[in-house]
Amino acid sequence: MTLDSTVQPGDGGLVPVPAGGRLRIVDLHGNQAVDTLVYDAHDIDNRYSAFDTIREQAAVYLTTGSTLLSSRLDELAVITDDTCGRHDTVGGACSQESNVIRYGEFTRHQHACRQTFLRYGAPAGIGQRQLTHNINFFMNVPVGSGGELRFDDGLSAPGRHVELTASRDLLVLISNCPQLNNPCNGWNPTPIQLLGWW
Amino acid sequence: MIHDIPGGAAWSAPVRAGRVLTLTALADGANASVLIIGADRLDRLNIPDTLKSQMSACIRPAMVLMSDRGTALATVLESSLEWHDCLTGFGHDRHLERFGPSSYAQDGNGWRRSARLGLISELTKHGFGEGNLHGCINFFSKVGISDDSRASLAYLPDHSAAGDTVELRSEQDLLIFVSTAPHPLSMEPYAPAGVRVETALATEEPDLKLRDEGYRALEQTRGLLT
Repeated sequence: MTLDSTVQPGDGGLVPVPAGGRLRIVDLHGNQAVDTLVYDAHDIDNRYSAFDTIREQAAVYLTTGSTLLSSRLDELAVITDDTCGRHDTVGGACSQESNVIRYGEFTRHQHACRQTFLRYGAPAGIGQRQLTHNINFFMNVPVGSGGELRFDDGLSAPGRHVELTASRDLLVLISNCPQLNNPCNGWNPTPIQLLGWW
Repeated sequence: MIHDIPGGAAWSAPVRAGRVLTLTALADGANASVLIIGADRLDRLNIPDTLKSQMSACIRPAMVLMSDRGTALATVLESSLEWHDCLTGFGHDRHLERFGPSSYAQDGNGWRRSARLGLISELTKHGFGEGNLHGCINFFSKVGISDDSRASLAYLPDHSAAGDTVELRSEQDLLIFVSTAPHPLSMEPYAPAGVRVETALATEEPDLKLRDEGYRALEQTRGLLT
């Protein structure tokens, strides 16, 4: 094992994962959204594309076997293990501004995933332009045939994990979501564990 | 302004705040893959934030199209269709391969170019590039969502017809980018429909039935602009 770290709620990180490496994210306490972006380590404009990934797998939810594609349709990683069952990539990340729209002005200065992304992305040149639509591991955003979409209590539970195997050298940008205003973190953000083998 | 974008082409234009932009399908089975950038030339249409705040998995009237930084870019006022896809992105060169090779030398101005190629070309005209690509709306297209365990998707080929329309009101000065290349999941023969774009001054405040989140986005934006 070459990586074993705990990420506190509201914190994050930028994790380099070499081709062939496996990165496991463990939901230590259950129902904790882990907002994640993936970049080609050698060209950050070749980045995860949620909607290309959804289209090419002809399904909205991510789980074991899902291939994470880039905006150039390159294979970035494959989800090779998943004890949660499914993950969201439509709900995006929380930001101060979207919190104000969703919940009201009182949330303006609450911490949000977008700040964590920008803080940890900046040293690698990941800024406003490079922040694209992310994955929300362990988050439950059901969609249906009537075109409905909602945020529900998580499907996850303490100790459940998801594992990515890198198809090329990657930078994985993680925000352990601090959201307090919806059920994505069970109303109580908790730590996660990152484990890596490469 | 009135302009007919032929099928399989790309186009972009600035649209001033307070206009009604009407897109009209000029033939059956149209697709218009659309990106929007706001008045500061940074803030992009953000599909996830638009969907989650209005609890919808598609674009339909009446909804506010929101940006990365939580401003209202445009409001979908009316449409003859209740579903415009926004979950499956725009087409790449790979999606045209089934029609065989195509080039200007071989096919003249009817050559087959992908939405991605056209949108990057239009973005570049305005000083942007590949890095500014973001989730798009595929107006006039529907990709149905199944209620199964993976929310499986299936393209509906007969969703739209000639004459279908959608009306957007610009809530700030916008740059709008449009590709009329086929929807990437369409398995129909290559015959992309044209789309008419018309703008007019927005004269009255229609009685919209937005969710509270939509009204908050409009208030935020009008507050920033005054």
